[in-house]
Amino acid sequence: MSIIPQPLTQFPWRVLALLLAIAMFGTLVLYSAAGGSIFPWATNQAVRFCVFSAMALVLSRIPLETFARFAFPAYASVLIALFLVELIGGVRGGSQRWINLGFMQLQPSEFMKPIIVLAVARFYARLPVGDIRSWNAIWPALVLIGVPWSLVLIQPDLGTATMILAGGVTVMFLAGLPLRLFIGSGLTLAAIVPIAFSFLHDYQQKRVLIFMDPESDPLGAGYHISQSKIAIGSGGIWGKGFLQGSQSHLDYLPEGHTDFVFATMAEEWGMAGGILLIGAFMLLFRWGLRVAMRTSDRFARLVAAGLTTTIFFYVAINLMMVMGLAPVVGIPLPFMSYGGSSMLTVMLCVGIIMAIDRSNSRASNPGNWG
Amino acid sequence: MKFPGPKHKIITEAAQTFTFTRRTMVLGAIQGGIGALLAARMAWISIAENEKYTLLSESNRVNLTLIPPRRGWIIDRNGRPLANNRTDFRVDLIPQRVVDADATVKHLAQLLSLESDEVDRIREELDKSAGFRPVQVADKLTYDQYAAVSVRLPDLPGVAPSQGFSRHYPAGSTVGHLLGYVGAATAEEYKERKNPLLITPGFKVGKDGLERAFDEHLTGEPGAKRVEVTARGKIVRELTTRPDTPGHPIKLTIDAGLQEYAGRRLATQSGSVVVIDCTNGDVLAMASMPSFDPNSFSDGISQLEWAMLSQDDHVPLRNKTLQGLYPPGSTVKPMVALALLEAGIGPQETVGCAGALRVGNTLFHCHKRRGHGAVNMRTAIAQSCDIYFYQMAQRIGMDRIAAMARRCGMGQRFDLPFPSQSYGTVPDPAWKLKKYDQKWQVYDTVNATIGQGYMLINPLQMAVMAARLATGKQLMPNFLHGAKRPAPSSVGASEEHLAIIRDAMSAVVNGGGTGGAARMAIPDVLIAGKTGTAQVRRITMAERAGGVRRDASLAFKLRDHALFQGFAPFDNPRYAVGCIIEHGGHMIRNEDAPMIASDTLSYLFDPKKAMEKLETLEKGWGGTPTERQARQMGAFRLARAIEKGEVPPPVADNASNAAEAGNSATPQPAPPTPDEAGDVPPPPGSNVADVP
Repeated sequence: MSIIPQPLTQFPWRVLALLLAIAMFGTLVLYSAAGGSIFPWATNQAVRFCVFSAMALVLSRIPLETFARFAFPAYASVLIALFLVELIGGVRGGSQRWINLGFMQLQPSEFMKPIIVLAVARFYARLPVGDIRSWNAIWPALVLIGVPWSLVLIQPDLGTATMILAGGVTVMFLAGLPLRLFIGSGLTLAAIVPIAFSFLHDYQQKRVLIFMDPESDPLGAGYHISQSKIAIGSGGIWGKGFLQGSQSHLDYLPEGHTDFVFATMAEEWGMAGGILLIGAFMLLFRWGLRVAMRTSDRFARLVAAGLTTTIFFYVAINLMMVMGLAPVVGIPLPFMSYGGSSMLTVMLCVGIIMAIDRSNSRASNPGNWG
Repeated sequence: MKFPGPKHKIITEAAQTFTFTRRTMVLGAIQGGIGALLAARMAWISIAENEKYTLLSESNRVNLTLIPPRRGWIIDRNGRPLANNRTDFRVDLIPQRVVDADATVKHLAQLLSLESDEVDRIREELDKSAGFRPVQVADKLTYDQYAAVSVRLPDLPGVAPSQGFSRHYPAGSTVGHLLGYVGAATAEEYKERKNPLLITPGFKVGKDGLERAFDEHLTGEPGAKRVEVTARGKIVRELTTRPDTPGHPIKLTIDAGLQEYAGRRLATQSGSVVVIDCTNGDVLAMASMPSFDPNSFSDGISQLEWAMLSQDDHVPLRNKTLQGLYPPGSTVKPMVALALLEAGIGPQETVGCAGALRVGNTLFHCHKRRGHGAVNMRTAIAQSCDIYFYQMAQRIGMDRIAAMARRCGMGQRFDLPFPSQSYGTVPDPAWKLKKYDQKWQVYDTVNATIGQGYMLINPLQMAVMAARLATGKQLMPNFLHGAKRPAPSSVGASEEHLAIIRDAMSAVVNGGGTGGAARMAIPDVLIAGKTGTAQVRRITMAERAGGVRRDASLAFKLRDHALFQGFAPFDNPRYAVGCIIEHGGHMIRNEDAPMIASDTLSYLFDPKKAMEKLETLEKGWGGTPTERQARQMGAFRLARAIEKGEVPPPVADNASNAAEAGNSATPQPAPPTPDEAGDVPPPPGSNVADVP
C-alpha cells in the first residue's frame, strides 16, 4: 500500500526517538555531573542504553503468547530468588538485596516490578469473565502481590516494595474489580495512617516529620532533600547553564548522578529543562496507555497499561522525592539516573509494550498476514 | 453471565472492555494530573522560591573567612617597639588529607623537634578533629623549620605550612605585667559582643595590662577572603580578598631600654621597680618580676608552665607594682619630716635616742638597740632613727602627717589604663573610727610614722611619693606619651623645707646613712633616697630577749620586705624611683632595694656602664630572666616526670642540684660576716617594735 516497506513502518520509530532524546539528555547531564567528563558515567550509560534498546527491539519481536506462558514461571523464579536473598542476608546478618552470581550482582526485587504486572495480568486474563466480582477474583491477586511485597519490605526496601504493590494494584484496578473495594481500602488506609503513626518509635516519627519539614534538620536526615531543593530552586527558569551547577559540582548535592540526577539537571537547565523532561515522560506514558486501549486481548492490555504505570511510578516517586514531596526512597529516574538494573527493567517494560503494539498493528492490518 | 442475579451486574466481555477503557482513561488522567502537579511544584521551587534557594546555594558555595587584623604596635617613648607583630611561620595538619597520621606526626616531630607533650596534644586533637578543621602542629617556627617542612610536602600529604602574624614582645618577661598579653577570646566574650571575628582562628584580644586597656584602639579592621569550597571544605579557588587594616599603634612614656634593664636588674628577687620622670610624671619603667613571658602566654600557655608559675612563691602571676600592697616602712620618714617642718618643728631640734621608748605601756624599740644618741632631723633621716619620729610625731599628731601623706600620693588612686589596681591606706583617727569603730591611740601614730601598722603603699605610689618629695609638685603618673594634662598643683611645702628633705635624703646615701649601697658610680650625679624595711611578722618579747632572728634563717614568706625610694640628681631631681623587694630581708647586697634602684637610675645617665655591671652580675645569677625561666621550666618538667614515675630519679645529688639550680636560681645567701655587717648598715626599723 505504501511505498515504504512494511518492516520499516512497523518499526516503532516515534517511541524510539522519544527514548533516545531522553537518554541523550540524561547522558549529557551525567557528563556534567562528572565535572565535564564522559567518564565514568556518560559513556557507560550511553553504551547501556544502546544494548538495552537492542534488547527491547528483540523483545518486541517475541509473540505475546510467549509472555503469557512464561508469566507464572518467571514470577515463581524471581520469588525464589527473593527468598534466597533473604536467606543469605539472614546468614550474613545484615540487609541483603543482591545475589552474587559470580559474574554479576543480581537484584531480584528489581525484576519483580515488571513481573508482578505480568503475573497479575495473567491471573485476570485466565479468570472467567463473570468471576470478576467474586472473592475468587481478589485473594489470589492479593497473595501474588503480598508475598513479594513483604519479602522486599523486610529487606528493607520501602521504595521497591511500594512499586510492586502499586503495579499489582493498578492491574487489579484495570481488571475491573468493583470500584468500592478501592475507595473503601483507600479510606481505611487514610484513617489508619495517623493511628499507625502514633505507634511508631520516636526515631521513626522523627524521620517522617523531617520529611515533612526537611529544613528542620538540614545537616542530618533532611540533608538530601534540602540540598536537592536548593539545587532545583537556585536553577531558576533557565538554569545556571551547562557545567555551571555549583550544588552538584561542589558535592553539596548527594547522589547527584543517581537518585538525585533530576536536581543536577534542574540546576543547570532550570525549570525549562525540567518541564521538557516531564513532558517527554508524559508522551511516553500516553503512548503506553494508547497501546493498551487499542488492544483487545485481556492479558495484553492489562500488561501494557500496567507496565506503563510501572514506569510512571518510577518517574513520579523519584520526582516527588527530589522535590520534597515524598520521603527519600531509593527509586531512580528512568534513562536519567546512572545505573544498569533500573534501565534494564524499564527497557524490559518498553520492549514488552512494543511487542503488544506490534501485535496490535498486525491484527488491525489483516492484509499483512492474509 | 455465569451467575446472573438481581444483586450482580451482568458482566460481559464487552462490558469489561468498556470498564478497562474507562479506567485506563482515569489512570491516564491521574498520571497527567500528577505530571502537572510535579511541573507546578517545580515552578514553585524555581520561580517563587528562587531567591531563597539562590541565596542558600551561594552560602553553600562561598565560604567567607575573616583575616584577623594585625594588632597595633605598642612603642616606647623613642619609637622602639615594646609589642609588635612577627611574621609567624606555622604548620597545620588537615586531618582529612592525611594519609598515614602516625608516620606524618612522627616525621613532623622529628623535623620540628617537638616535645613529647606537644606530640600527645596533636595526636589527641587529630582524633577529635572534624575532618577539615586544621590541627595546629606548631607555630612561631623559624624560617629554616618552615622551609624544612615545605620542601618535604610531597612526602607529607595533609601538612599545611602557612604564614601569618603573631604578637611578639621583644623584651619578654620584663614587660609581662606592664603590657599584659593577648589570647583567644573566651566564650563569654563572644556571647557578649557577638562579633564573628572573635572566633576566627588566629585572632587575639588583649587579656591583661595595657593590651587589655587599649584593646579597641589596638584592634584593626579584619580583612576578608571569599573562597569557593566543596561540601567537604576543600578550597576550589579564591574569589576575592580584602586586606586587613592594622590597628592603631600606641606610644607609651616607657623607655624600652630602661624597662628591660629594670626587669633584669631585679635579679632573682620577687620585687618591682618604678621610675618616674620628675618633669611631668611620665612613667619611664614599671617592672614587676618575676613575670610570665607574654610571648608564651600569647600562644596559649602549656599546662605545665601555668602550674609552675602559679606554684612559685615569687608570685610571677601578680603585678606587684599595682596590685602589691606593702607597709612602706621607713621610706615614709622624709614625708613625715616634711610634715614636721610644716608644723613648725625646726630641723635642728634634737631628740635623744636611747634605743627604746615607752609609749603607754608598750616599749617601742629603735632598730639600733644601743640608740643613736642625740639626733636632729638630718641624722634621723640618714640613720633612720625611729625614736626621733616617735617623739616628734606625737607632738604634731596623726592628722597633719596623714594630710601630708595624701598630698604625697599615698593612698591615692590614679586613673591608669590598667584593669585592676590596689591602692594603699593612709590611716588617721577618722579612718580608724570608721573602719574599726575604735579610737585612735598614740601607738597608732607611733606605728604610722615609721610606715608600719595600718599604713600600706604600692610600688607605683612609692615612686610617685619620691617624685613629689623631689619636686614639691603633685605629679600624676602617666603612661601615654604626650598626654595633655593640667599643670600639677603644689604639695604645699616651701622650697626651703624641700631642700632640707632632699639634703637629708642625700645623706642617707652619700652621707654615711643607711642607704650607702645606693651610691651611684656616675660622677657628679648624687642620688638621694630612703631605705625601708617592712616587717611581715610579729617579734615576740621572748624572741627579742633571745635575740632577734636574722632573716636568712627564716622561711621566705616570713622575711622582711626591703624598700627604697629616691631620686637623682639630689639637688636638681630629674628621675624618681621606687623599689620594693618582697621578703628581700636585705640579705644580698647587690640584690637589695637600694642598689637595684640606684643601678636602674644610673642606666638613665650612663646606659653602657649600667649594662656592663648588670651583665657581670647576671653571670652570678645564672643568666637573664629568660634563661633562668627556661632552666626553671626544664627542672620543673623533670620533677613532674619523676613524680609521675615516667623518669627514674637521677642518682643522689645530681637531681637535687639540678632542681635547685632551676627552681629559683637563688644562690643560698651566706649569712653576712661581721666585717660585711659593718659595711652594710643594719636594716633600718627591722626590729622596731612589738607591733600591735
